[in-house]
Amino acid sequence: MGAVIQISYFLAAALFILGLKRMSSPVTARDGIVWAGAGMLVATVVTFFWHGMSNYLLMILAIAVGSSVAWISGKRVAMTTMPQMIALYNGMGGGAAAAIAAIELLRGTDGHSDATIGLAVVGGLIGTVSFSGSLIAFAKLQGLIKRSIVFPLQQPFNLAILGAAVVIGALLPFQESGGILVFVFFALVLAFGVLMTLPIGGADMPVVISLYNALTGLAVGLEGFVLNNAAMIIAGTVVGAAGSLLTQLMARAMNRSIASVLFGAFGHAPAAEIAGEGGALKPIDADDAGIMMAYSSKVVVVPGYGMAVAQAQHKIWELAELLEERGVRVKFAIHPVAGRMPGHMNVLLAEAGVSYDKIYDLDEINPEFPTVDVALVIGANDVVNPVARTNPQSPIYGMPILNTDQAKNVLVIKRGQGRGFSGIENALFGKSHTRMLYGDAQNMVSKLIQAVKRL
Amino acid sequence: MIEGFTALYIFMLAAFTGYEVIARVPVILHTPLMSGSNFIHGIVLVGAMVALGHAGTGLERAIGFFGVLLASMNAVGGYVVTERMLDMFKSSKGGR
Repeated sequence: MGAVIQISYFLAAALFILGLKRMSSPVTARDGIVWAGAGMLVATVVTFFWHGMSNYLLMILAIAVGSSVAWISGKRVAMTTMPQMIALYNGMGGGAAAAIAAIELLRGTDGHSDATIGLAVVGGLIGTVSFSGSLIAFAKLQGLIKRSIVFPLQQPFNLAILGAAVVIGALLPFQESGGILVFVFFALVLAFGVLMTLPIGGADMPVVISLYNALTGLAVGLEGFVLNNAAMIIAGTVVGAAGSLLTQLMARAMNRSIASVLFGAFGHAPAAEIAGEGGALKPIDADDAGIMMAYSSKVVVVPGYGMAVAQAQHKIWELAELLEERGVRVKFAIHPVAGRMPGHMNVLLAEAGVSYDKIYDLDEINPEFPTVDVALVIGANDVVNPVARTNPQSPIYGMPILNTDQAKNVLVIKRGQGRGFSGIENALFGKSHTRMLYGDAQNMVSKLIQAVKRL
Repeated sequence: MIEGFTALYIFMLAAFTGYEVIARVPVILHTPLMSGSNFIHGIVLVGAMVALGHAGTGLERAIGFFGVLLASMNAVGGYVVTERMLDMFKSSKGGR
């Protein structure tokens, strides 16, 4: 049976890599997940036949409960809450890696080399940080934790906790049997994951989730070494590397370094310095806005997180189709970090049925803005804030933005007069050619549709 | 079975593989890819099963149970979410 298990693991590892490769192109992406899923199924089934195993009843119970909870929650959640679900499931994986480490460490050093125990400690640390950190990220995106929690001397305090955990972790390989120190170690690391994530602002969450995803992969790979499990080593390491690269790509798209995401809480810049730029906000009603769009030749829709919250993607597509019937050219412009994750808006627009060729990214659409008659900004804020180009004092200075301010007219649908997730004023809203439509995005777009229909 | 330097080589090659696979990916696929790789590290389920299978004491069993529970949520939840996301890409392509 040993050989069958090894062959199956080899097959699973190959299917994971092929699946991931297929997922990196829109044409083959759908097969990719099926391939990877087949690999997972094969690996899981053969593991039941691993030699010398017991506790089958518990195992099957755990799998049955875990799978059904995840299946139901995964099927039920709205597309808009996908980011936090990814964070949640990712945290689960980190927790599982930590649990493996905990069992190995509690069992003590017999039968393991120091190096193996060392890997178990490192994997346990990374997995646990990913576990508690992801849960906090989930809670923040889900709105369970509303604010970024910042207190004086936070960084030194967090570092002290991490330092203590590392010192205790370094002692663990020299213990005869783990005992109480193992618990202290995991408690400290759990606390560190929580404390490290609490001050991070919502705008930075995509980068953080991606980082924790990479960390879980790495932890799984390390525990694979401990358990001598090639499938875990390969799958974990591939995800660790792919996830790290993805994290970098995202951070770069926001013009932020990973270090500044983790250690420089976004809200720190004094808001007062930036406030007061531009003039007063000028509201417009839906009928006028509808007429403005219906009689223009080119409209660019810029969606943001507000569209996701209001589930307005279907209505927006209806509006776009209506405008196109009247001969207006409609394009969708998506900032790399619009929403809570790169590609978040693409997923939602795809759900609504918007075809690919209407969706443009930042580099493609920016040169066009001077020829655009109306830029319709729906629930986007920081990604269209011209302050990123003009004010070096601003925390988002240098971030590439969609240059909607260069369009001839700008319409902004916004729930209230509040600020964006980064907590800074948006200079676009005060411009002389900008008009505000206050209200829930779905509601407001419905009103625009009616206005266009009446013409 | 996997000793010292062999393990290191596997680690290095797997890391390069992961890097290369992702290196040239359109932005629209970043979220599905993150979700897909989130599913793939659900392979931790296999390790959690082995750990629970060899658990002796009650405490080890409890932690092992917890591990398998979490790991199966990672694997199944990761799959369902990724599949749902990618399904929409398919329908939007085929629909028009």
